[in-house]
This record gives sequence, structure tokens and C-alpha cells, in this order.
Amino acid sequence: MSLSTTLEKIKEQFDEGIVTLHQPLGQDTAVVSASVIVDLARFLKEDSALRYDYLMDMTAVDYFKKTPRFEVVYQFLSLKNLTRIRVKVPVDAEKPEVESLVSLWPSANWYEREVYDMFGITFRGHPDLKRILMYPEFEGHPLRKDYPIDRRQPLVGPQD
Amino acid sequence: MAEPRTETMLLNVGPSHPAMHGVIQIKAELDGEIVRKADIEIGYLHRAFEKHCETGTYTQCFPYTDRLNYVSPLISNFAFATGVEKLMGLNIPERCSYIRVIMSEISRLTDHLTCVGASAMELGAFSVFLYMIKAREWLYELVESVTGARLTISYGRIGGVKADLPEDFEQKCLEALQKTREVLEEVHELLSGNRIFYDRMRGVGTISAEDAIGYGITGPFLRSTGVDYDVRKAFPYLVYDRFDFDIPCGDHGDNYSRYLVRMEEMEQSIRIIEQALDQIPEGPTNVDPEGQVIAPDLMADLGKFGKTAGLLQNEVLIQPTLQGSEKRYHEGISTALKTASLPPKEQVYSNIEGLMNHFKIIMLGHGICPPQGEVYCPFEGANGELGFYIVSDGTDQPWRVRSHPPCFPIMAALEKILVGGQMADIVATFGSVNMIAGELDR
Repeated sequence: MSLSTTLEKIKEQFDEGIVTLHQPLGQDTAVVSASVIVDLARFLKEDSALRYDYLMDMTAVDYFKKTPRFEVVYQFLSLKNLTRIRVKVPVDAEKPEVESLVSLWPSANWYEREVYDMFGITFRGHPDLKRILMYPEFEGHPLRKDYPIDRRQPLVGPQD
Repeated sequence: MAEPRTETMLLNVGPSHPAMHGVIQIKAELDGEIVRKADIEIGYLHRAFEKHCETGTYTQCFPYTDRLNYVSPLISNFAFATGVEKLMGLNIPERCSYIRVIMSEISRLTDHLTCVGASAMELGAFSVFLYMIKAREWLYELVESVTGARLTISYGRIGGVKADLPEDFEQKCLEALQKTREVLEEVHELLSGNRIFYDRMRGVGTISAEDAIGYGITGPFLRSTGVDYDVRKAFPYLVYDRFDFDIPCGDHGDNYSRYLVRMEEMEQSIRIIEQALDQIPEGPTNVDPEGQVIAPDLMADLGKFGKTAGLLQNEVLIQPTLQGSEKRYHEGISTALKTASLPPKEQVYSNIEGLMNHFKIIMLGHGICPPQGEVYCPFEGANGELGFYIVSDGTDQPWRVRSHPPCFPIMAALEKILVGGQMADIVATFGSVNMIAGELDR
């Protein structure tokens, strides 16, 4: 199957850093290494033909016991062409860190806080990386596969 | 004479506040009446939806999706079901698509009615709230007659819906819609030209189209700025491409525009439902993984058909609500392989094969196993794009379910919208955000 216009363009533009380009179930997907994510995102956003102006969603997946363990998943949308692309960045368990996209999209701010909160992946260059859904005293990262579902950490105030 | 004091004051709004429908906290820094800084704290209603989905089967995710947006639960139900169907490559029957459209639009109506009603109440228009809740009640009654519940409906199924529409649904639905339309006209007369309402809403809580896009905002909130992005038109799903409807857009991006957009969207939803009721075909409402339609009399396990033939004739007739019996839902279901759709309840309660089929789908380690892969499935929720990103590892339990909540980006942008405005406008703006803590915190 031939690649879509977006994926062809990415292929032309980037020599290094692309792991795979494919279209599972007809959805454009690019797997890229962490070193190029900001450049790729800027290219998607600013290329006059592509214009992916939305960072629609951002999350991560914990492929426990596989290496690399995590994958940060971005969903972009282009209002101009009405196309979507999913960009995935494999992240190592040893040093789970990715460059932040806050400078490109303000929406990345809260999404990155959530990924940090749930998976413990940190984002370089994020202005205020703190927990968003859980409370600051919470230990661990609940959406990691090694966090047991029945572990309770009630936040109890002063007892007296 | 002493110098006037000039320091700012910190005011906590929420997490438990009468004007905050939903538990969030706004730490507002006030300079007199002007908001200088607003720190938004969310997460008070976090129930680990995504974590729970990983521990159960695909079927068991449905009750959780009800509790995402509890004002329009049907949309999240169908969005999740459609995501899994995409993973499995299932094409659902036409009738089921129409039912999903009708029920989604009813949900959109209830959502907008709640939002507009509640935000009007917070500005003092209490009668509007009562009128709109009255209309919502008629729609909830419809939902109840179809699904058996008002809020926690769990009506979606992978490859179909729980049950067909009741026999008198069309007539009841048209009546309810007509009455709702009258309520909307009444509300228009009461609010749209009302001096107090207008002054409190116009020019308040303004956001530009660029900012809205940058923050990833979708739905009525985005359309109030003039961008006509609606998933139903941009990426038509189910059978939305068969209906004639408009995407209302505002031009100011303020609270009043959002109010008008929501009012007009309700009118458009009514139009869609009326067309769908007109076009809806007869036929099965569920599908097997191969997409085959098979005659109901072949439903029983063929190897044991001789033994169960007598039993099948003693079917129990039940309603989806399990309250009494009227209509046979047996014919509506076309499961051949019995590995995707739950068998009809008449069989589950009347013969051993039905019961076994039921448990084969419900039991851990046996149920629906989509092939390995991942999918992102966008739907137009009442507040904007509701997306499910589902990763399957080939077993009966999802490896990862991510729900993209439509009001999350709006809440991220809320500080920008509130700063520079009046303290009293927090309530009006927050009302028009229509934050649903269930889907925000998941």
C-alpha cells in the first residue's frame, strides 16, 4: 500500500530518527525517536501544505517488560486538510524523558502534566511539571503496569 | 492620610461551592474585583477509569464509559463500542447505526439543556432552569424506555446495542421533541433578548480562534469563535453523512456566542433525530464478528439443535428493562459465531446454550478478543471531540484505553479566559464551559 501524502512528506524531510511509517487500519502513524519529536511536530505544524494545527490528544502506553518500555502517543489534526496523524515516540524505562511541546502548542501543557502524573515520563522544557489528577503527596504513577490496581493511598489530614 | 492597601487577595472558589457544578478548585488572585491569576486544580473526581478498563474485559468497560460524561452517557458508550469495532473490522447493521445516531442526539440535547439551564440559573434565571430540566425529563424518559436507565445506561454493545427500540418509540420521541422545541422557543424569548442576561454574557469569557485551536479546544466552545469544525461533518461516522443539518457558528467567542451556538445545536439535533426516525430501516441490531446475518432459528448451537428445539419454544419474553414482557427481541439479534454479541436475554433465561454463550462472553479469558493493534476513534461529544485510543494485545482485556475528554483542553485554557475579567464573571464563564468532572478527571 502506498503511503499517504503526510507520511511521504515526513519521509522526504527526515533522514534520521524515523523508526516506521505505516497506516494500521487506515490511520497514519509515524514512529519516531525522541530526538526528532520537536522538529517533526514543528514541521507538521508549520509546513504550508500539511498545517497540523491541532495537538488533539497526547498520552502514553506502558508496554511493560518490553524495551523500550513506554511509548508517548500524540494525535495531530489538520483543520485545513481534515487529516489526522498519530506520532509515537518510544521512551526508555531507564530515563523516561521527552522534549516538551509547550512552546508549539499551549495544549501540551496539561497533557504533559497528565502523562507525567500517570506514567512518570518527564518533559524537558515544561514550565511547571507537576501532578494534575493525583495529589502532590501521591507515590508512584498509577497507569504504569506495575502499579497494582488495589493499592490504596488515601490522603488523610491531621488526625487530632 | 493613610495610603490605601494595594495587595491582592487570594480567594478559593470550590472545590465545593454552590455555583460550581462539578468539583474543581479555582484559586483566584483578586485585585479588587478583577481576577489577576487563576490557578485551576482538577482531579477531585479521578476514579482511575483508564486503569480499571485494563483490568476487565471489553464488555466490562461499558459501565465505566457511562460515568465519563454522565449528562450524555450514550455518546461515550457508542464511541467506545465503535472504537473496538474498528479494531475488529466489524460493520454494524444499518438499524443499529440509526439507533446510535438517534440516541446520541437525544444525549446531546440533554447535555445542552443541562448546560444552558444551569448557567442561566447561576445568573438568576431560575425559571429557565426549571423549564429546561422539564424538557430534559421528557428526554430522560425516552432514554429510560429504550435503555432501562436514565443515567447509567450501559446501552452500547460491541457490534450493536443492548436492545431494539420499543414499539411506540417513534411517536413518543416525536412528541417529546415537539414539546422540547416549544421549551426552546420559550427560553429564546426569555433569555436571548434579555438585557440582564445579555449584559452578563456578551463580551465576557472571550477567547480567540487561534487560542482555541492552540489549546486544542473543540465543540461548541470552538464553534463560538467561528471555526466550523464538527467531527460529524469533518469525519462522518455512523450514518451522519445521510442527514441534512447545519453546524452553527458564533463570531465573538464569548459566553453569549456559546449560548447561541448551543441553542441552535439543539435545534439541529432535533432535525437529525426527525430525519433518522424517518429513514430508520428494519433489521437486526447486532452483528457477529464476520458481519454475517443469520436466521434467528439457527441461533442455537447446531450440534445440539435437536435437543433444544423444544426448549426454544418456551422462550421467556422480556423487556430490556427486565420489568415486564411485550416485544420479542429474539429476532433482532444475528449472532452466528456467538463470540461478539451477547445472546438474546430470552435465550439466556430459558436454555442452557444461551446461558453458556452469555458466560463465554462475560467470563474473564473467554470474551471478545480484538486482534493486536491500536485505533483512535473520534466522536462528536456534546462538549467537543471525544476520542478513544484503544490498544489491544490480542487478549480479551484491553491493554490501554485512553479517553480524550472534550472539556480537558477547555479547562486548560480557563485561566487565560478568566484572567482580566471580573470575579463575578467566573460563574458565568464556568457555566458556559460545561465542565463535566466525570470525563475531565476520568
